[in-house]
Formats: sequence, structure tokens, C-alpha cells
Amino acid sequence: MEKVSLRDAYGDTLVKLGEKDERIVVLDADLSGSTKTAKFAKRFPERFFNMGIAETNMMNTAAGLATTGKIPFVSTFAIFGTGRAWEAVRQTICYPNLSVKIVCTHGGITVGEDGASHQALEDVANMRNIPNMRVIVPADDVETRAVIRKIAYTDGPFYVRLTREKFPRIFDEETFKFEIGKGHVLREGEDVTVIANGVMTSFALLAAEELEREGISVEVIHMSCVKPIDSELIVKSAQKTGAVVTAEEHSIIGGLGSAVAEVLVENYPVPMERLGTPDVFGRSGKGWELLHYFGLDDKGIIEKVKKVLERKRR
Amino acid sequence: MITFEPEFFLKRNRDIDEVTLRAIAREVRKDILKMTSNAQSGHPGGAMSATDIIVTLYYYKMRHNPLNPKWEERDRFVLSKGHVCPALYSVLARTGYFPLEKLMEFRKIDGDLQGHPDMHKTPGIEISTGSLGHGIGAAVGMALGLKLSGSDSKVYCMIGDGEAQEGSVWEATMAASHYNLSNLVVILDNNNLQIDGPVDEVMSIYPAAEKWRAFGWNVMEINGHDFKEIKEALDRADRSKFKPTIIIAKTVKGKGVSFMENRAEWHGKALPPELLKEALKELGEIV
Ligand SMILES: Cc1ncc(C[n+]2csc(CCOP(=O)(O)OP(=O)(O)O)c2C)c(N)n1
Ligand SMILES: [Mg+2]
Repeated sequence: MEKVSLRDAYGDTLVKLGEKDERIVVLDADLSGSTKTAKFAKRFPERFFNMGIAETNMMNTAAGLATTGKIPFVSTFAIFGTGRAWEAVRQTICYPNLSVKIVCTHGGITVGEDGASHQALEDVANMRNIPNMRVIVPADDVETRAVIRKIAYTDGPFYVRLTREKFPRIFDEETFKFEIGKGHVLREGEDVTVIANGVMTSFALLAAEELEREGISVEVIHMSCVKPIDSELIVKSAQKTGAVVTAEEHSIIGGLGSAVAEVLVENYPVPMERLGTPDVFGRSGKGWELLHYFGLDDKGIIEKVKKVLERKRR
Repeated sequence: MITFEPEFFLKRNRDIDEVTLRAIAREVRKDILKMTSNAQSGHPGGAMSATDIIVTLYYYKMRHNPLNPKWEERDRFVLSKGHVCPALYSVLARTGYFPLEKLMEFRKIDGDLQGHPDMHKTPGIEISTGSLGHGIGAAVGMALGLKLSGSDSKVYCMIGDGEAQEGSVWEATMAASHYNLSNLVVILDNNNLQIDGPVDEVMSIYPAAEKWRAFGWNVMEINGHDFKEIKEALDRADRSKFKPTIIIAKTVKGKGVSFMENRAEWHGKALPPELLKEALKELGEIV
């Protein structure tokens, strides 16, 4: 599969939106080259605000801009946008339910060499727990473009998690449709459901192929929208397969795995396994090296599938 | 290679001249470039602007013990601008905290030298940093704790000028003077560059001296590449009785390699092999 840059897709889409709509404004905190908002800054310097290395104030400023009818997109690295600035996001953006679009790059372990301090493994959890906030973790460039276009014109706050690394392209530009709160069944199966997002969706597809050769039929669901989550699809699939595995480039606490577990436990409990980082900090290394180091790959998914099938049989 | 017995570092204000400090700093700059180039990742620019100050702290000023990094009587150094840790790792290795060979593990998956300082993986690191604006607050806590224990150890902390845009830096600044932390010395690495460009263009922090003075600090302004001025400023800070001290050090990002000096692009980019050779030659290495 061809590897594509989600953050470049973001930067390019911002420029396109900016061309059509003067209300689009962009804020960054000294990382515009990395988040790719520099593309917008170059094209529309008067609508780009570099707020310096001051993420908390950037969020409050974006909220203020939203009250004047602007559509602010706010970018920095995921850990600073969802961690450092968390309370500003809660108090000044989510509590008043303002239309601020927080799009962070450098989510997950694939941040790579910068190491633990910069690897956001808690960002989805950080944002998911705030009322009014919606959380999206796209898998590729096609989906990123669709998501950015969609949230620009949907009221209220959003968090979109992008990455430094390029990821395999999964979707087709012509046919892909993004709907808030809807999962995508990428492959139908009978024995087990794998629900993934971000880079883990491509690994889920690889794992499903491998498992098919062993006679195990896997249903693969891409769940970019962690909140609101597609409960209906999760329950329907669990009813069919009777076993669920989640896979995310995030801590197993508070992210996709937790969100799916919450749905299942209240509606249709089945054996379930969560793949993610196990409540630990990351470390330095190359992005793809680290995915394998933490077992966030097709092999890791296959292990979890076998474990959950073992429990299903009991 | 210039080496000293570990005992050399146990007392402050050591007898070491500027020629020797400059020679050590040259070796440290070469280490920075080799480490980042070897990893093809990391932050050489700000490490090179910080080098002369960190070298002076560890070779001239601070009381520390490379053989016993947790020695109770040690002075502390907090690298709040954690991304320039190659400079600190090099100085820690060269003063004897760990073998020089370890430097090539920088940013590698099987190494201990993390991309940003990790106090549990690297001896001599006082606190883990990397996210800007936090280290200075931890330094305030250390100074407060040492004072409370009646210790005469001092706390040195280096911050970046881009870093000074964080609100938390000013919260720490306020707390330090409120608690009369004369045992705290902050050095501002004033290279006037951050990632997106010059500090005064991205988000100005100026006039910096006036701001810290208004917050109740003892303020000095020096050339951060003049060893005599660095030594004198650190000595003068000892004489502050009630106020914390900030040394605003004018520096040059990428200092020491002509094509890297004052260029924002070398903030977070490693030299490719061809340029590394050229840079090392400028620093006097026979290649
Ligand atoms: C809270 C936070 N926001 C953003 C970053 C990303 N970042 C790393 S270094 C840097 C620029 C730092 O500039 P400065 O403090 O002037 O450092 P120097 O010039 O000394 O390298 C930024 C924005 C970070 N490490 N922490
Ligand atoms: Mg700087």
C-alpha cells in the first residue's frame, strides 16, 4: 500500500477551505512547518496567527475568535494541544460549545525519536472525556481531507488526531464518504470483529488476510470517530461474531478500546481484548520501529484475536 | 582529550582558564553534531548556542560528583529547554558520568539517551524535561526544597527564549521572587530564534530584562559565548542575598559552524554526512 502524509493532506485542505471562505482562520504555536499550517500561513498571512510557544493562550484565543464568527483551526503537537492546554479546551471551548477545530499532528508513538515527552498516547482520552467535544482519528490522507472539510462546517468543537509518520492509503478518493459517528466495515467476517483506527486499521486488514489463511474469518471495522461512537454498528457486529478486538496507537486506557468496551458492557457483553500501549510511556526510536517494539502491528492483532477466540470457546 | 580527576569537580569556582574551556566547548560541539547526525534526528542549533554556558557550569562553577550523581551536596542543573540535551549528554560523558561511546546511542531504540532528558535513564539528569516551560518550575521547587533543608546547594536552570513565551515560565518567575530564592540562577539562552523564525517576529518576549526586573529578579545581561563574562556573571549571582538571578545570555544559534549560525532551519534538523564532515573540519577536526 502506498504511504501518504496525513498532515500534508490537512495543510492542503486548509488552503482550499481558505480560498473559498474568509472566515477560516488558523492558529499555531511555533510548529507550523511540522503541522503543515505553514501552507495556509504562506497563502493567507493575514488570517494566520502564530501564537508562539503558548498553547493554553492559543486555545483561549481561538475560542474568542469563534465568538466573532470566524472558523478557527488550531494546530500544534497532540500532546501540547490536548495536554498542556487541556483546561482551556474544557473551559473556554467545550463548555461554551464553540466552533473551534483542534487538529493536532504528532499523535501516538510514531512521533519517533523525540521520545516519551512528545508521544501523545493519552490525547484521545484527554479529549473524549470533555462534554461537547467530538474526537476523530483518521487512517489516511483521503479520510483526513474529508474530515477537515466536514468539521469546518459542523457546529461545535472537534479534535482530529493526525500523525508525523506517513501511513498506508486505505480509502478511495472517489467513493469515500465521511459521516460523523459512523464506522466503516472494511471487511465482513464471522468469527471475530477487529475495530481499529489510525494506522492500526491497515494492520487490521493485514491481520485479517493472514488469519483467513488459517481459517479464521475476521470482520474489520474502521472506527475513526471515537466520539460520538457508532454503537449500533459495534453491537450488530458483536452479535454476529461474539468476540471483539480493538487496536489503536494509543494507551489502552481511555481511547478507542475503552469507548468500545463501554458500548459492549452496557448493550451486548462479549469477550473482548484491547491492543494499545499498556499504561506506559513511550521511548525514542524510529516511528515504525516503535510500532513493532510495542506490538502495535498485524502480529499484535493476530495474538489478540487468538486470545479472544480462546475465551469465546470457553 | 581534556580530562580531570572526579575530585576536581567537588568544589566550586575551579581554576580553569578560558582557553581550556573553549577547547572543551569545541569538543562538545563536535559531539552534538556527530550525535544528531548519527541519529539523523535531534536539535543541533540550540545545543550549540547553549554549549559555552553548560561547559562553564560543569567545568568551572558547579559543585558536582560524576562518580556519585546523587551526591547530596551537589548543585543542580535543570535543562528546561530539554531538546538541546545533546550538549548536556556530551558534558556529562566528558566529565565522567558515563562512557563517551554511549553518546552514539542518542535517540536509538536500544539506547538510554532519549531524545529529551529522562532522569531515570541517564545519570546526571536532575529532572525529565522536553515539553517547554515546565523545567523552570521544577527548578523553583528544587531551590525551595534545598533552602528548606538548610542546604547551601544552588540550582541552575537554562531556558530558551522561545520557551519564555509559555505562561508557566512566568508563573515560576513570580514564585521564585515571592519565595526569595537567591539560590536559583536561571540562564536565558537568548539566541533570538525559535522554530518558525526570530523570536521577536513570532511572538516577542522583549524587553526581557525589564520584565524579569519587574518580577523582582536580579538581572544580568552578558555575551553567552564569552567565557570570562559567563564566569563573572555566575560568580556575581552568588552575591545575591534575597533575589533569584537571571542571566540573559546573548547567543548565536548554531554557534561554531559558519553555515549553521543564526539559521532557524538547523533548529531541529541533523547534518547530512557531507555537511557533517565540513562542519567538523571548521571545528578543527582532522577528517
Ligand atoms: C510545550 C511545548 N510546545 C512546543 C514544543 C516544540 N518545540 C520544541 S523546541 C521549540 C522551539 C524552542 O525555541 P527556544 O526555546 O528558543 O529554543 P532554542 O532556540 O534554544 O533551541 C518548540 C516549539 C515543545 N517542546 N514544548
Ligand atoms: Mg531560541
